[in-house]
Amino acid sequence: MAEKFLMPKLSPTMEEGQISRWLKQEGDTFEANETIAEVDTDKATMEMTALAGGTLLKILKGAGDTAALGEPIAITGEKGEDIAGLLSEISSNGRGKSPEKAEPKEEKREEKSEEVEEKVPTREEPNEVAKEGNEELKEEVSETEGRSYDYQRPEAKEDATDKSPKSKVQSPQFENGRLIVSPIAARMAVENGVDLKSVKGSGPSGRIIKRDIESAMESGQWSVVSGQKEEVQTTPSFSASQTQGASAYREETTSKMRRIIAQRLSESIGPIPTFYLTVEIEMDKALEFRKLINASLKEDEKVSVNDVIVKVAAMASLKHPFVNSSYRDDKIRFYEDADVGVAVAIDEGLITPIVRGANRKGIAEISREIKEMASRAREKKLQPEEYTGATFSISNLGMFGIKEFTAIINPPEAAILAVGTAKPTAVVEDGGFVARNLMNVTMSCDHRVIDGATGAKFLQTFKQMLENPILMLM
Amino acid sequence: MAEMTIRDALNQALREEIIRDENVFIMGEEVAEYDGAYKVTRGLWKEFGDKRVVDTPITELGFAAVGVGAAMAGLRPVIEFMTFNFSILAADQIINHAAKMLYMSGGQFKVPIVFRGPNGSAYQVSSQHSQALEAFYANFPGLKVVMPSTPADAKGLLKSSIRDDNPVVFLEQERMYGLKGEVPEDEDFLIPLGVADVKREGTDCTIVARSMTVPLAMQAAEQMQGEFDVSVEVIDPRTIKPLDIETIVKSVKKTNRLVIAEESHAFASVGAEISYQVMEKAFDYLDAPIKRISTAEAPMPYAKNLEELALPDVPKIVAAVKEVCYL
Repeated sequence: MAEKFLMPKLSPTMEEGQISRWLKQEGDTFEANETIAEVDTDKATMEMTALAGGTLLKILKGAGDTAALGEPIAITGEKGEDIAGLLSEISSNGRGKSPEKAEPKEEKREEKSEEVEEKVPTREEPNEVAKEGNEELKEEVSETEGRSYDYQRPEAKEDATDKSPKSKVQSPQFENGRLIVSPIAARMAVENGVDLKSVKGSGPSGRIIKRDIESAMESGQWSVVSGQKEEVQTTPSFSASQTQGASAYREETTSKMRRIIAQRLSESIGPIPTFYLTVEIEMDKALEFRKLINASLKEDEKVSVNDVIVKVAAMASLKHPFVNSSYRDDKIRFYEDADVGVAVAIDEGLITPIVRGANRKGIAEISREIKEMASRAREKKLQPEEYTGATFSISNLGMFGIKEFTAIINPPEAAILAVGTAKPTAVVEDGGFVARNLMNVTMSCDHRVIDGATGAKFLQTFKQMLENPILMLM
Repeated sequence: MAEMTIRDALNQALREEIIRDENVFIMGEEVAEYDGAYKVTRGLWKEFGDKRVVDTPITELGFAAVGVGAAMAGLRPVIEFMTFNFSILAADQIINHAAKMLYMSGGQFKVPIVFRGPNGSAYQVSSQHSQALEAFYANFPGLKVVMPSTPADAKGLLKSSIRDDNPVVFLEQERMYGLKGEVPEDEDFLIPLGVADVKREGTDCTIVARSMTVPLAMQAAEQMQGEFDVSVEVIDPRTIKPLDIETIVKSVKKTNRLVIAEESHAFASVGAEISYQVMEKAFDYLDAPIKRISTAEAPMPYAKNLEELALPDVPKIVAAVKEVCYL
């Protein structure tokens, strides 16, 4: 049977989508779960997949057109089916028309305004209608002692948005595009990525119940929901990076507050709203620590203060995931490891060879890598993957006697540490003066992900670890 | 531990509390010389005399009011209603006075009183004497409502109720006075109000039962295990108000299915309240609509066969469990 294909909800905050491109053309067939179009939502370009196989009979919204949630964007069905009835239904209730959205098309509006005036809902109205419809829907469902489970099923919106009497619930399952699922079964399906459409319900009126999900999972006869899993995932797991050797990462959907913070701060200060935090660190124990390490190493293997700092920064950043993250508009990417970029001055400028997984490496190994890469950097022999894709960077100008400076963040990293020189300084202790080696470190923070307190807490950990290197073991 | 009936367990609780606290006294119709209509107060008048065990005329509103006044003045009265059907006459004192006094006196007068007696159906006592009033009393802020189902619970809960500083409606069941069970003899054996008891552990379906329906639910659970290999968990809230919903919710999250068995009528019952709270707190864990077994929506018939049909029984509970388990 030919059906309207409605604009699905592809992100939690999506209210409308713009067709980016159709991957299937009119007349093409497609399988269940196959991507048939790409849709630009408020957040990103999303793949729109078919929930069941069929043929694309008619495209109602071409590339570049915008459709509200639940608005028909195509007609699908069997090859050669007569869709004239559906088309006239769509045009008569105004749903096939271009909605007046962000980019109103003046011509069209003028042309059709007369016939459309009464029926096309204004921007606010469709929601009202949907709400009203939903309430009706709920009442009907409770009468049949079941629960509607709409979220995977864009077609179900039809009931909610279409006020015509024919959209009343007729049979509880499938025929009008609605599943009845017990709450625990729904929950289990979401948690395990089971596509409810592939499960047969054994409860009254075909209600899908717990044991149906269990037996589907046991028999392995179920298909995975595409596109939904990422939002639903609760336990963080890391996915591998495309750059070989680079840290795995996980992404979390950027919260609305985070997005607004990012947007407002960018407006104020530029694409990366940066702020700076400076901390003074007593380096005596770190220097001693370095001396201890070096005592057992050959001359050319000796580690520098900076090597110790790289290790400490890596360890500390893992305790503060936002520092080892990357702001990507709709997502914040958190890295599993700290791939620390170390700024190295070369004749023509600056390059940052990366110590991959510095958190997992020993200081001697870090030292060896930096030395080796720095020398190749000067010979311009570094491979691109050796200097791109760090998760965090360090710039040290201590050797030039610089007391304190600010470094520029290397996007898409969220922070960079600017390390000054460690200098013996008179410090008041127990009422007297003592000489302590003090070092100033300034962190430049991407305010879109790192707030003042987040950065401060990181620096606190960083400082504690340098002042008491044994804490790195904790 | 000693084996005794609920009747004797209540008697023991009363006796121990009379001895423990000189402010405790019992008052009601036939509680003294006649040893109580259901012999719950047997021997107490002989042992403690007129001051502690007081016979009253047939004047529920009057002696309930005397009890409220005595409680305000610092005593701890236990008011016995021969059946809770008669408490309806005293409802103004219970609801308008005992329940509201602490609030309306701005915390000046607490009312540590227990209203106790049999609630629900007996054997062919017909429409006016078979009512289950827990939902009625539980509806009013200021009252605690307690319903024991075993001798040990009866003793521990009555002692806690007497020691509680709030008015407590303590609902017994005439059919259950002779029910036997092990009872701790410790004089300070208390069961805290507001704590449910898992009477039987199970994994597939939860039955929430109280008072008379607890033994029925236990039998139904046995039957489900034997005939269908369905493991039923039976929870007795014991206190209706405050209600230990956490224990019920925890169980439903485990079993995903809930049957509520109760002796009251269904409409606006305690079971309706439990259903709502479970829906609110464990909606996403339910695999089937919650099912209730209640007394028929009619005044209790006198005829024995009709009375049996009107009341919850084991087959009805088994059928409900099967339904929520999709069997």
